[in-house]
Amino acid sequence: MSAVLRIPTVLRPAMGGATTISVEGTTIGAVLSDVTERFPAVKGQLLNDDGTLHRFLNVYVNDDDVRYLGGVDAPVVDTDEITLLPAVAGGAW
Amino acid sequence: MLATCIRALPDEGCGLLLGTTPGVVLDVVPSANVAHSAKVYEIDPKVLLRTFRRADDEGLEVIGVFHSHTHSPAYPSPTDIRQAPDPTWHYVLISLLSVPADVRSYSVVQGQVAEEEVRVEEGTGSRVDD
Repeated sequence: MSAVLRIPTVLRPAMGGATTISVEGTTIGAVLSDVTERFPAVKGQLLNDDGTLHRFLNVYVNDDDVRYLGGVDAPVVDTDEITLLPAVAGGAW
Repeated sequence: MLATCIRALPDEGCGLLLGTTPGVVLDVVPSANVAHSAKVYEIDPKVLLRTFRRADDEGLEVIGVFHSHTHSPAYPSPTDIRQAPDPTWHYVLISLLSVPADVRSYSVVQGQVAEEEVRVEEGTGSRVDD
């Protein structure tokens, strides 16, 4: 058994086209490592070079933003649903 | 959208566009600007998650985003273009530089900006044409 990862529309073409996939790992960092090994093309959109979460990526475990759960150290259990959503940001600059 | 942007002053205002493709906006979802800035905006991550889930539940799609420019024209800035998250989205810009506010919509595909026609259709949602 494994957790479910919900993939945003914009990342689906580089991740096989699926809406959701099963993922392995007991932390968000481990889950994202699993994802980037399977889909190397999205690595730069998920993680920084130092392994921290990309500034413009929101990651949620169920209803909670992982920034408030320890970032890449946030725990994941088999029944969790993980959602990736690119940040929506910009501005006049 | 305009009310959200005026309420957000002096900061930029922002929100998401919920609707159907191609380009029919059925609801506008205001968001706090979590960047708390007059020069940049960021949709509240909680609003983002809630709106995507609502879209799934109601058979709709998040089809774009609006935000204000408080002191510059209604045209995507280099930041807007660089950070545009989805090439299928409609990017609505509201300039509060003059009265009345200037409201325009754009597509941003691989850094290329194209303006779209905006039509307001009473009672049927608003259409943003490609």
